[in-house]
Amino acid sequence: MKLCLALAQINTVLGNVQKNLEKHLAIIEEANSRGADLVVFPELSLTGYVLQDLTPMVACRPRVDDPVFAPLLAASQRLDIVVGFVEEDVRNRFYIAAAYLSRGKVLHVHRKVYLPTYGLFDEGRFFAWGDSVQAFDTAYGRVGMLICEDFWHASPPYLLWLDGADLFIFMSASPGRGVTGKDVLDSSRWVNHILRAYASLYTSFVAHTNRVGFEDGLNFWGQAALYDPNGELLAEGPAFEEALTLVEVDLNQLHRTRARLPLLRDERTALVQRELNRIVSDRTHFSGR
Amino acid sequence: MKVQVNLSINTDLVRRILTGFIRSEITRMGFERAVINLSGGLDSAVSCFLAAEALGPQNVLALCLPYRTSSLESLEHARMVIEATGVQSHTFEITEMVDPLIAHFPEMDSLRKGNIMARMRMIVLYDQTAAFNGLAVGTGNKTEILLGYTTLYGDSACALNPIGDLYKTQVRQLARSLGVPDVIIQKPPSADLWTGQTDEGELGFTYAEVDKLLYLLVDERYTPQECIEAGFEARFVHAVVERVRKNQFKRMLPPIAKVSNRTVGYDFLYLRDWGT
Repeated sequence: MKLCLALAQINTVLGNVQKNLEKHLAIIEEANSRGADLVVFPELSLTGYVLQDLTPMVACRPRVDDPVFAPLLAASQRLDIVVGFVEEDVRNRFYIAAAYLSRGKVLHVHRKVYLPTYGLFDEGRFFAWGDSVQAFDTAYGRVGMLICEDFWHASPPYLLWLDGADLFIFMSASPGRGVTGKDVLDSSRWVNHILRAYASLYTSFVAHTNRVGFEDGLNFWGQAALYDPNGELLAEGPAFEEALTLVEVDLNQLHRTRARLPLLRDERTALVQRELNRIVSDRTHFSGR
Repeated sequence: MKVQVNLSINTDLVRRILTGFIRSEITRMGFERAVINLSGGLDSAVSCFLAAEALGPQNVLALCLPYRTSSLESLEHARMVIEATGVQSHTFEITEMVDPLIAHFPEMDSLRKGNIMARMRMIVLYDQTAAFNGLAVGTGNKTEILLGYTTLYGDSACALNPIGDLYKTQVRQLARSLGVPDVIIQKPPSADLWTGQTDEGELGFTYAEVDKLLYLLVDERYTPQECIEAGFEARFVHAVVERVRKNQFKRMLPPIAKVSNRTVGYDFLYLRDWGT
């Protein structure tokens, strides 16, 4: 089976959901006219990234009666859409979230489970922590979504892999940093290292979208990418500028790669669970929270 | 030196980010134009080249604001930058604005005089941003920001600063790639506030040395002791660390005494780019 994937690397208006929504609808239309089956936007694509005290003002709920999601769900009758937004739950907690929309329905919402709150990041101050990592079925196979810091931890992609995801959709608003003599930023090198690693280790497709533009002094570097189950880079968007990168994904590559390299077949999940139980229950070692 | 410090930058990449930053942060505020105080030195030359590339030279106004003791060479170098970039320019002396204040205080030392000159240039800069309908583009580099080698509300005043995260050594490398005239790149850096003043003479160390030390301390998070073990002289390390600490006040807005439930700076938090 083939999937025509469109990776949208966009700039956003900070805190203006209506303007960002208009851009989304225009890009969805463009992706549709170019034959895309699925269009993926970056982290917080409907709101902008450094929201701080704007957070409660830009939050919405991924439902058909929501004024932001209604037109997106209508557009999802024509192709599948992944958007980034701020979700407010019924008890008024705010999450960095991603929604997969298809044929007028919300197939899945992922709430970011790792909120970086160090260095230049301050997400934990403004957002609630998501508490679930789950794969879900789509017309193009089983998919898993993660948001930026989520995939800097090895466990969420691992859980999605065991939960059946063959296509990983990773979304970022990654501030560009680290200029050296090299022709890409450190942040771009770091992210692309691990995208390639996940594609190779999990013999799966890894799609990544990332913001462009500036927020105060922060730049966002773009370079949306798709890696195949062999860890090969199949498509890459340009750095620093808006682009819609289309790539045809031959999902049968999963069959060929896994015939050669049966890492999924041989994965010893029961051993992992046994050892994890031992490690977590052993109070003499501190192994995270 | 036991640790190799490599400050080299990919100038194409940096140029792309910095011109994008200037364009983005000026246009989203509703402007198209920039005003820059051109001293004849390296930093303002680099900011001017970047602004001209980002906005088009017709949208950049370079101001040359010499005092009567400023070196003629500085003015000549500023003119070279104006010519090379094709930006618009104004030149006028600040002497008759500065001297009446200085005349009131016969005991005034050169530090105070230098600060007055720097602040007078800021007044002219901001007035011209209103006349030219642009924003003030800053010219302070990371070395001088960290060391506090700058006049508060003087040369440090600006609406946006494209080069404030580049050490002096890196600004020099960027200057070469931008085509800044070689004579400006080669000359000893000077605030030119009095005759014969040089940055390195006044600071007591060279940019080449201090940039490496600051890079380890700030970017690589070395402790002072680790810097000494890496081969820096202990006295130099301690002097620089103390200088960085003492000048923190120059790097932030004045603290507001909190009395209400929501206070600007503490729990009223928005980017400047809010809504744009």
